[in-house]
Amino acid sequence: MKNILLIYFIFLSSYNGLGQELEDILEQEASDTTLLVASTFNGTRLLNGHSVETRKEGILEFLISHRFGRVNSGFDQLFGLDESNIRFGFEYAMNDRLTLAIGRSSFEKTYDVYAKYRLLQQKTGESPFPFGLTVFGSATEKTIKDYEPGNKPSFSDRLTYTGQILLAKKINPTVSVQFAPTFIHFNTAPESIDPNDIVSLGFGTRVKISKRVSLNGEYYYNINPFDSLDVKNSIAFGVDIETGGHIFQLIFTNGVSMIEKGFIAETTGDFLKGDIHFGFNISRAFQLKKQNRPYVN
Amino acid sequence: MRWLFFVIINLWVLNGALAQGKFLAKDGYVSFFSHSLLEDIKADNNQVLSIIDTDTGSIAIQLLMRSFMFKKALMQEHFNENYVESYKYPKATFSGKIKDFDTLNRRNGKTEIVGVLSIHGRKKEISTMAMIEFINNEIVLKGEFWVEVADFDIKIPKIVENNIAKSIKVNFELHHKPYN
Repeated sequence: MKNILLIYFIFLSSYNGLGQELEDILEQEASDTTLLVASTFNGTRLLNGHSVETRKEGILEFLISHRFGRVNSGFDQLFGLDESNIRFGFEYAMNDRLTLAIGRSSFEKTYDVYAKYRLLQQKTGESPFPFGLTVFGSATEKTIKDYEPGNKPSFSDRLTYTGQILLAKKINPTVSVQFAPTFIHFNTAPESIDPNDIVSLGFGTRVKISKRVSLNGEYYYNINPFDSLDVKNSIAFGVDIETGGHIFQLIFTNGVSMIEKGFIAETTGDFLKGDIHFGFNISRAFQLKKQNRPYVN
Repeated sequence: MRWLFFVIINLWVLNGALAQGKFLAKDGYVSFFSHSLLEDIKADNNQVLSIIDTDTGSIAIQLLMRSFMFKKALMQEHFNENYVESYKYPKATFSGKIKDFDTLNRRNGKTEIVGVLSIHGRKKEISTMAMIEFINNEIVLKGEFWVEVADFDIKIPKIVENNIAKSIKVNFELHHKPYN
């Protein structure tokens, strides 16, 4: 009798086991997913400099950036608004990792091309990865005729190259940080005492204050600045506002250039003394190719 | 004594029957569609998990919000970041019952599904009619229903108010195979 009761309870318990919650079975089936951490930053620029972000395949981003004159230039200059520098760029995502771009800045009439490649991406889930790494390389050509007549520099004399490693981590949905060691090579340094190669360390952060608005900060520390110029480290603060297909970035910075070699190596404004330029970046994304793959890994 | 043996044999048979009683869909399909004067938005998800207990008619469904595919990548990013906040609420789930599962007795037909839909961390009781088909040891559920964006506390900013519908049409097609 006892044995039979025992068998009865064994069956009863196995019956309960089979009554396992359907949700538990689904959890078990769903457990092995790894997700890419998306939107570490809102845009491809943190403020002046690049962020780890690249656009998804087939997106053409049209970027218009402005930097006005110094806000301490007085009422006569309407606090810098009379003076305006512009860069516009076309940036195309060949795939989710590689972006190729061309841009033109009015400051020193400079053309720039760059390639940006997302090497590693931050991941969560089954096989997580702690940070994202993007490499960036650019070449710029200054075309302003600021030389003595008859002393025309060659094409290569006016070239500058920049290489950057962008390392970023989205710490939580609100806060992301970035570290950006940068190497810049000038084919022609301003004076003979100046180094041709500049090394700088970039630090940046983004703090979201609402779903569509974030505060950003960015600082580049120059290890070996030019000696002939009174070079200051680049500082920028700003607000990102994201509205559908647009991103507006409002920026306060001590640099006037919107390309790496300019704002990192050639900034002379003293932020703390009010040499601040107001500016903005506006980006508009066009999906030229419809995406057909999931965004999940 | 004898009745006990009956009970045990009954349980044993029942046990065997129950082991066959679950049907799982691993790559189910769910899509949603928003129609507005300015824009039609559609997103597809082909990685939906669904399970049916054929003894009780219970059904549970879950999907990852991030697995919804949009034609525009940025739209997908904004959907996840700004609307459904998938970093906070990664999944949408449904838990409910196929009402006349027993009386259908494995015949194809229409059936009512009732249960609780959970999206964006908010729950809402829903009921919908669905087609149920039994084909080659598969249980297929197909249908559509409407959800109100506001029911799930998903906020649409003023600036895109005319681009996104307030009621979203959801379509589903789930092919369940025997699960063991």
